[in-house]
Amino acid sequence: MDWSVLGPQLLSATGQTLYMVSVTLVLAGLIGLLVGVGLYVTRRGNILENTAVFTALNLLVNFIRPIPFIILLAALGQATESVVGTRLGPNAAIFAMTIGATFAVARIVEQNLMTVDPGVVEAARSMGVSRSRIITTVILPEALGPLVLGYTFLVIGITDMSAMAGAIGAGGLGDFALRLGYQRFNDEVTWAAVIVIIILVQLVQFFGNWLARKIMRR
Amino acid sequence: MIAESSERTLVRFRDVSKVYTGGSKRAPRVVNAVDTVTLDITKGEIFAVIGYSGAGKSTLVRLINGLEPISSGSLEVAGNRVDGKSETQLAPIRRKIGMIFQQFNLFNSRTVAGNIEYPLKRAGWKPKERAQRVTELLAFVGLTDRAKNYPEQLSGGQKQRVGIARALASNPELLLADESTSALDPETTQEVLGLLRRVNRELGITIVLITHEMDVVRSIADRVAVMDSGRVVEVGATSDVFAHPQAETTRKFVSSVMRTVPRGHEIAKVRREHPGRLILVDVTDQNRIGSVLSECARDGVTFEIAFGGISMLQSRSFGTLTLSLNGPDTAVDNTIVRLREITKVEEVAR
Repeated sequence: MDWSVLGPQLLSATGQTLYMVSVTLVLAGLIGLLVGVGLYVTRRGNILENTAVFTALNLLVNFIRPIPFIILLAALGQATESVVGTRLGPNAAIFAMTIGATFAVARIVEQNLMTVDPGVVEAARSMGVSRSRIITTVILPEALGPLVLGYTFLVIGITDMSAMAGAIGAGGLGDFALRLGYQRFNDEVTWAAVIVIIILVQLVQFFGNWLARKIMRR
Repeated sequence: MIAESSERTLVRFRDVSKVYTGGSKRAPRVVNAVDTVTLDITKGEIFAVIGYSGAGKSTLVRLINGLEPISSGSLEVAGNRVDGKSETQLAPIRRKIGMIFQQFNLFNSRTVAGNIEYPLKRAGWKPKERAQRVTELLAFVGLTDRAKNYPEQLSGGQKQRVGIARALASNPELLLADESTSALDPETTQEVLGLLRRVNRELGITIVLITHEMDVVRSIADRVAVMDSGRVVEVGATSDVFAHPQAETTRKFVSSVMRTVPRGHEIAKVRREHPGRLILVDVTDQNRIGSVLSECARDGVTFEIAFGGISMLQSRSFGTLTLSLNGPDTAVDNTIVRLREITKVEEVAR
């Protein structure tokens, strides 16, 4: 075992994972937020009730979500090429991860927004506040604590997705563990990658919990 | 005369109905939550709407600020038609109508001051003016020292006071109070009602108050409407409604607080203890029941007061007494006839 060679490789794999996860989190986080808000507000009885839009979004989310990521990665090949310009590498992986994660974010956002007391929305309506303002100044702030926890949960899911990015040559910790550890029957290398992932996930979870606690004042 | 009365009218319901359709296509369910209501609410009054749950009173008040659109009829607030308006068109009307709720509906993500400031921000007030108004309102509701607290740090009564301050922020003409004291204990209820009375007297704000408690009506309302199955079955000055309830629902509500009329098991007990004929006699300011009874004593009629009470509301007394009359049949009949000349008398069936 030569850690003087493996060490820098592990470090760059960690960097690749962090890059893919953070870019995906920002992109899927924002697009998923929009889709999730869309699902929530167009739901029956809500402030922008619209059965057609709700049904379309709901179907789309239900269509994409159950696809295992490794299959989505392959299935999106053509689309990835036309958007990113290549089917390989970290940016191609980010494209597929963003598609996969967006719909997971959308569901998490929708579910957390549904915990907001309809009474506060009614109070804001009674003040003559516009619907778009109600979304940005009432619904999202009221759900912020649970949303932070939802996003924290999601970072872990995205990290999980990134482990498969090696399949299209995007590197990362998953690729490191599979190629240099598993395929060479080298458990020590596999576990080194696992430990780094555990530490990353712990840090994210710790920060997410701390932030949510601060927001919810508990 | 008509012009004058319409000038003083703040909310005008004309044949207003609200119909909910639900259920499935095969078995549609139509609910007349509000059924052809015609009602005028006058500027400056405290107007109560009472009814059992499901009577439609909450729906009725939500029609006023357009939270629920009306199905038919017409509805005006301060001269503006509320019906047929879009959410956007309703915004300026809603800014002139404050609303408070049973569950307070405060923003948990904002402080007390933040909650009160919120409607001012949305209405585009400048930061300096907002801060000044918030300070003023906090003082008015007595929560100056709680400005930086969050709603979960407050008691129910304090939360409702924040709700009131928030509803008053943009100087409304009208305050809608939807079961605003139903989640509070009796003592806190009185405190909140006291504050609402000040809102009405000191700020001249008209209040429409929804409740299922006759006690709340008695302690605060100038006028009251009684609702049953979506209809307004009775409306009048509170003291009149208490003294002479007309509708069956109203009688039930009045007796729930007055307790001057014996109920089933009480009638049985009264009857066991008093062998004579039992009559229920309404007591009001003008009648002289005592003098009639003492005159009848000369004909050999004796009486005993078996149940009842007399109370006072807005400086008028009213109540009901259950009397047991003893003596020769014709003399007792005669006494009942004479009492009927001055008040309402009901004989308790044997």
